[in-house]
Amino acid sequence: MKAPITEVDGVLSAPHVLEYPYRRSVGPVLSRFFSALRERKILGVRTRGGRVLVPPSEADPETGTAVTDDFPEVGPGGVVTTWSWVSRPREKQPLAHPFAWALIRLDGADTALLHAVDAGDIDSMRTGMRVRPRWRAEAAGEIGDITCFEPERAGGAR
Amino acid sequence: MSDSDDAKPVKSIKTPMRLAYQYTAGQATSRYLRGIGQGRILGQRCPSCKKVYVPPRGSCPRCAVATTEEVQLSDKGTVTTFAIVRVPSENISVPLPFASVHILLDGADIPFFSVVQGCPLDQVRIGMRVRAEWVPREELAPTATSIRWFVPIDEPDVPFEKLEAAL
Amino acid sequence: MREVAIVSFSQSRHVRRDTRNEVEILMPVVHEVVERSGVARPFDFTCSGSTDFLQGQPFAFVMALDAAGAWPPIAESHVEMDGAWALYEAWVKLQSGEADTALVYAFGKSSPGDLPEVLSRQLDPYVLAPLWPDAVSLAALQARAWLEQKGRSERELAEVVVRSRRAARANPHALLSGDLEVEKLLAEPYLAAPLRRHDAPPICDGAAAVVLAAGDVARRVCKRPAWIRGIDHRVEAHALGARDLTASPSTRIAGERAGVGRGAVDVAELHAPFSHQEWILREALGLGAGVDVNPSGGALCANPMMVAGLIRIGEAARRISDGTARRAVAHATSGPCLQQNLVCVLEGA
Repeated sequence: MKAPITEVDGVLSAPHVLEYPYRRSVGPVLSRFFSALRERKILGVRTRGGRVLVPPSEADPETGTAVTDDFPEVGPGGVVTTWSWVSRPREKQPLAHPFAWALIRLDGADTALLHAVDAGDIDSMRTGMRVRPRWRAEAAGEIGDITCFEPERAGGAR
Repeated sequence: MSDSDDAKPVKSIKTPMRLAYQYTAGQATSRYLRGIGQGRILGQRCPSCKKVYVPPRGSCPRCAVATTEEVQLSDKGTVTTFAIVRVPSENISVPLPFASVHILLDGADIPFFSVVQGCPLDQVRIGMRVRAEWVPREELAPTATSIRWFVPIDEPDVPFEKLEAAL
Repeated sequence: MREVAIVSFSQSRHVRRDTRNEVEILMPVVHEVVERSGVARPFDFTCSGSTDFLQGQPFAFVMALDAAGAWPPIAESHVEMDGAWALYEAWVKLQSGEADTALVYAFGKSSPGDLPEVLSRQLDPYVLAPLWPDAVSLAALQARAWLEQKGRSERELAEVVVRSRRAARANPHALLSGDLEVEKLLAEPYLAAPLRRHDAPPICDGAAAVVLAAGDVARRVCKRPAWIRGIDHRVEAHALGARDLTASPSTRIAGERAGVGRGAVDVAELHAPFSHQEWILREALGLGAGVDVNPSGGALCANPMMVAGLIRIGEAARRISDGTARRAVAHATSGPCLQQNLVCVLEGA
């Protein structure tokens, strides 16, 4: 297949796509997290110091020590701790209409998860608001099983 | 998409990556490709060491100076090394197995990478004389695929001692 | 600690899109820095910073080596990072005594790709990268956290932009410069609320290079070398939700280890691609109102990826060498929301 060759400032130009299929092994900690997502549950992991990390990681970022084997369920709802607005979503992002990125501290968690919030419009976003996950119809055991979060008020955003 | 059914724990996830670029060839490569589009192979000569490089990149890798002097090269050359490729891969335009070659074009100081066709594989050899086979004139375009491959020509082999400097 | 100094610095004129290839961009910059340095080739060590993902071409950095001249074979290394970290590696090499001179260079062509998309590939591949959050949105998350938790204002963001663009008028290498007004900036629409387009860096292509020399070599070739009196770098956790985005603890620690507080600071070149980050960095480094911050205009006026941090060090060094400053601080950052930070203290004597 021939790529269309054009000229820019006297120099030849052509489109070029870099594409890799990647399959990543997740390891035991993320395996618990993704397996639970498949069941529409969100798990954190407890550090030796007692903090619950969401998403779970293999080590405590503050001490570098291995986490415990305790994976408490968190959420499903939580609080937005900060957010920004996407007025022109990109093709690969979770939603095709304007939405917010947010750090969300789920109930029972000590760290925040980053995800999209389908608030409808920028005026509906507020630090401190409560949100809950909107689950994808077909669960696959990956972060996209949560399509996005939505405001935790009657009926959601739309 | 995970690789397990509902009962088994998730062991892996697919994370495909696709990034689109609009690549610009740079000044030297653009001149080279335009030459190819006219059925010519252009190299560049270093003002300091006088070596001729093809394809040209606007610089001499030994002297770290810009190269601007253009040199038209022959499309005939000599095989300086080769490998018989049997491993399938995407984007190969010739059937397996094939001879992947380095060719020292007449007038150049470094070899040029290509493929040899029209020759039994056990006859591909260092020192063999070859010539470029181009696409038909009306299909010429500023792209490397304007040269389809190289084919053997009836000229005596070049002795190894004459090729050593370019290896 | 062995005495190591920056003896010359050079950079390209940064443009929105440079259609030359990486060697064509880099070679004049390397020639200039070598000529200005007074150090004869070959260098004992060469180190470069760049990332192949910007151009979408694996081993692009190897092709750039033409600009440095690798014949006869040279001792060379590369970091897939901003050139500031290539400088750090070169500094370590000189500390070891294995080298007395080093050529450090960096380049970045962001124009071929979609930079925010490309940068999303540096995020956690399991839970973050699959969502493809763009770099501007992530910076905006940090900006809002800083505004709300620290009780700061969008006006303070605009003030950084106005000051930076005005300073850049004296910088022929900067892409953006001019006389802007705070009120007009605040009237602009959001790019990724709460950040506006001018709060984010311009996308551009560029290159820079620095020559390092040790002790007597530096004194011999340079009238007023910029001595590296301290240099340190620290990194925070990669999970954004596990970090304090409003304070940059890694910058604070790196600054303490580099000895920022040991004396008065005349000039600080801070690598703050987003306007709110300049405030966060100032506070992390304890820089008072008397410090001249980003006289070059900073990353808001030219932000060639993988180069802008090295440029901060070079710009700070230049002001030591020309006598404008006696003591300067330079900072470089890498990763989303100031995740990894390098601080360098330079002195003229």
